[in-house]
Amino acid sequence: MSIVTVQLGQCGNQIGHEVFNAICSDVHGTHGLCSKKENESYHEASKERFFSEEKSGVPVARAVLVDMEPKVISQTLSIAARSGCWKYDDRSHFCQKQGSGNNWANGYSVHGPKHKDRIMNLVRKEAEKCDRLSGFFTIMSMAGGTGSGLGAFVTQCLKDAFPASFILNHVIWPYGTGEVIVQNYNSVLTLSHLYRSSDALLVHENDVIHKICAQLMNIKQISFRDVNQVIAHQLGSVFQPIYTGAGPLHYSRSPLGDLMETLVPHPEFKMLGLRNIPQMPENSLAYSTFSWPGLIKHLRQMLIANATMEEGIDWQVRPPRPGSSIPSKHSTSKSLHFNTSIANLVLLRGKDMHSADLGSFQDPALYTSWLNPQDAFNLWKTPRAFNKYEKSAALVSNSQFLLKPLDNLVGKAWNMFASKAYIHQYTKFGIEEEDFLDSFTALEQVISSYTTL
Amino acid sequence: MLLPQTHGHSTSPFEPACLTPGPPCARLSAHPASTAHPPPPTDGIFHSRLGGGERPRAKPADGTFHRGGEGGRAARGRRAVGRARPPQRPSPPRGRGFRAPSSNEEQPLSPPSLCVAAMTQSVLVQVGQCGNQVGCRFWDLALREHAAVNKKGIYDEALSSFFRNVDTRSGEDGRDISKGKICSLKARALLIDMEEGVVNEILQGPLRDVFDSRQLITDVSGSGNNWAVGHKLYGCQYQENIVEKLRKTAEHCDCLQCFFIIHSMGGGTGSGLGTFVLNLLEDEFPEVYRFVTSVYPSGEDDVITSPYNSVLAMKELNEHADCVLPIENESLFDIVNKIHQMVNSGKLGSIVKQNSLVTSSAGSTKTVQEKPFDAMNNIIANLLLNLTSSARFEGSLNMDLNEISMNLVPFPRLHYLVSSLTPLYTLTDVNVPSRRLDQMFSDAFSRDHQLIQADPKHSLYLACALLVRGNVQVSDLRRNIERLKPSLHFVSWNQEGWKTGLCSVPPVGHSHSLLALANNTCVKPTFMELKERFMKLYKKKAHLHHYLHIDGMEQSCFSEAISSLSDLIEEYNELDATKAFQPLQLSRMTCRVPTSCHSKMRLGQLPPKLSV
Repeated sequence: MSIVTVQLGQCGNQIGHEVFNAICSDVHGTHGLCSKKENESYHEASKERFFSEEKSGVPVARAVLVDMEPKVISQTLSIAARSGCWKYDDRSHFCQKQGSGNNWANGYSVHGPKHKDRIMNLVRKEAEKCDRLSGFFTIMSMAGGTGSGLGAFVTQCLKDAFPASFILNHVIWPYGTGEVIVQNYNSVLTLSHLYRSSDALLVHENDVIHKICAQLMNIKQISFRDVNQVIAHQLGSVFQPIYTGAGPLHYSRSPLGDLMETLVPHPEFKMLGLRNIPQMPENSLAYSTFSWPGLIKHLRQMLIANATMEEGIDWQVRPPRPGSSIPSKHSTSKSLHFNTSIANLVLLRGKDMHSADLGSFQDPALYTSWLNPQDAFNLWKTPRAFNKYEKSAALVSNSQFLLKPLDNLVGKAWNMFASKAYIHQYTKFGIEEEDFLDSFTALEQVISSYTTL
Repeated sequence: MLLPQTHGHSTSPFEPACLTPGPPCARLSAHPASTAHPPPPTDGIFHSRLGGGERPRAKPADGTFHRGGEGGRAARGRRAVGRARPPQRPSPPRGRGFRAPSSNEEQPLSPPSLCVAAMTQSVLVQVGQCGNQVGCRFWDLALREHAAVNKKGIYDEALSSFFRNVDTRSGEDGRDISKGKICSLKARALLIDMEEGVVNEILQGPLRDVFDSRQLITDVSGSGNNWAVGHKLYGCQYQENIVEKLRKTAEHCDCLQCFFIIHSMGGGTGSGLGTFVLNLLEDEFPEVYRFVTSVYPSGEDDVITSPYNSVLAMKELNEHADCVLPIENESLFDIVNKIHQMVNSGKLGSIVKQNSLVTSSAGSTKTVQEKPFDAMNNIIANLLLNLTSSARFEGSLNMDLNEISMNLVPFPRLHYLVSSLTPLYTLTDVNVPSRRLDQMFSDAFSRDHQLIQADPKHSLYLACALLVRGNVQVSDLRRNIERLKPSLHFVSWNQEGWKTGLCSVPPVGHSHSLLALANNTCVKPTFMELKERFMKLYKKKAHLHHYLHIDGMEQSCFSEAISSLSDLIEEYNELDATKAFQPLQLSRMTCRVPTSCHSKMRLGQLPPKLSV
């Protein structure tokens, strides 16, 4: 089934472009170290998922590009067209002349309603091109104005216009310090609104990816392009075709539907984090070998210790012993670090993945008590290797991953709100103090729900 | 180019940079009065007007030169398409940004060559002697910058933000060409002065072709260093004229985003009429941003009434500007001296890149002898260029002009931004160690790089923006923010008050550059000093009668102005007072969730209302 990608704002458009690049280079650049037949069906499923065919033979991304200023879109379109490998539809983009100016209210209350019809028309056309539509994948940042404000508005519209389709919002969490000064306000407003209309939020933190670039990828002078490429790789490792469940072996099930089914068992919990292993510079790949038990052991510890990458994992963290619901005094600090999950999905790609034993992920201690561990854990796999990695594993987790950053963010926004700073910039476009309060309430609710897991 | 030059100064502004392949444009008259040119019949006659000698027609790069023929048709065609579409806008635009009636915004982009002039435009309003001199340097350096980037002589989006491309053949009101080769660039500017001297000089100088007579408003008698004369008398007298010319200028813009006013605070015309124009802009174009570059008088100013003028002007800036970039002459002077010393110290002398000096006009179109203030004015011109760079050129982290006020102005009246430019010059050796890059960031926070006499490091930051140009990546930004943060005080509710922008095109002569804009309480001393000097005069009622005999000028104007300034200072005081506190953790809203699925909420106490 197909996914329509909606790229919103500067960040969304830059990342979207890298995602299609990553998918394309995975499909065309490698043979996947598997049988020819396997590779072909993988190839076909991936094509159907992300690209439509044009007469010229160049695959056309199933994407709608939206931004309120023209520079990024025009750049993105022309780079994609020049690659020769794939391109965007000539008509499937919408931009204006003047950006939203980092103002969520401007994107949500002004640009959104004003351009709703034209944006939704583009989306509808793209959706009609799909034989079978699985849903929408929106890429946006939380910090700015267009991605966040307009993104929240468009998500709402998608929900209304396509009630039967799934919406997964990919959200970029801004750097902890300073990209945009009002980023905490914008993020609070974005998250609270997305929580209403989206099926799930897949979150990438800039700080985390930046660290991965520095420590794992060994990049000295990190550019946004580097960061975006890592994000694109991680997304590709989830969204490229894979065999789900134990059913008949074919690739083309509903990628978004399956994801929601396995990971979002309750509407109060829809924050998804993504971890990926291994990750290293391309030129070191040839000198590295991996074993499934090693990868899985690391991935599990990354999960329970809430580590963002395979380096510097805290190996001391252990799941709480069953029965000891009230942890004894000196273990308090450790169990505080323990990351409780609601649901986890592990995706294995590469050679011999059948030999991998995922028993350690099925430990009931990893999960909240109100869900059966058999339902909470899922494993998808394919022998087809991803993006030059002989073996790779990805973990999508609905857990306390984001609790701390979310708590920080809401705290900072609240501090600023208490002094009434910058509020006038929002009221100018019709977002009042009550709207802020509603959003704070909604997020405090999310925080406390995840805390009490 | 083989151009026999009859006069040293007679080159067109574009030629040194090969921006215009064609002959210089039609509007050659040095006098605003002589507006009735016949459409230029032939190039021969054309040139004889210019220099007296015959100049062969400059050869365009590719041998063909369309004077707007093709480009013009293309533009017309597109506009027609735009009109043919049924009106689709259900509601009038509410966002900021003035749109000309002919705007073809409903037109989708047509790749691969995306529509030119899709970006926003800005208009520069230069008022008074200082404003016009600075403005003149701005246009000169703006042309230099675009010439360095735009090698092909194509009128592109970046150029469109400050320049129109005009087909000067179609008579007096040259048609705008939105595509193709550069024909004749016209500044999106309005020049206002109540004397003729400076404007006439511009019109006789090498930049004359960039302006035309319909962009000028002059008088002969000056404002006599009297704010009231500028604001009340000339304001009334010229209101219609100014509005009409502003509208004309705005109509040439596709999507007008910002007005930049350049003026001085101490004199009569700049401060009085300049702030009058500011009010007009707010009335006429409420949706368009108003950025004001204000040159503040220094302590030993030779204009006795400058404290009056400045304080009266401050009230208008407080109420009507979106952002004010205060600049003090003294600071500019110090920077010029500093550069002068470095260049002549011999130690660096030979290896400083001459065209990289922030004060330099090297490589610009203006080849006549530099005037004493040019070096200082070039600093302001560079400030404006860097400020608008991200709106004109692409980058990996764009920073549009509307983001500046959004991020840097937490409370409506506190919109004074202290700026600093680094590096002041670049050394010629090619290897740029990252140490030097880091030095650029450090310098931006040091006292002697600020454009007003202030020390941001020892005052309180409300917010800070770093606009970086050139070969700098996000990791360089992060490293330097982390490094500098411990030495800076940020207000408790904005501990991470950083806004950053990355523009990939560096200024001429540099590999990278930084403009730091700080909303910092360090502007307060400047205002306090101003207040003091005002009170000294005002207590004795000195010179008041010069003001009060102007129609519409009451004593209350003075008392209101000074109380407006006092209020502003008080707002900064209140913020400074919070500096002593540790950032306190305010009690948040609390939610009680007995089980994870059933929730019962309790709203905690609402934040205490702080009146700011």
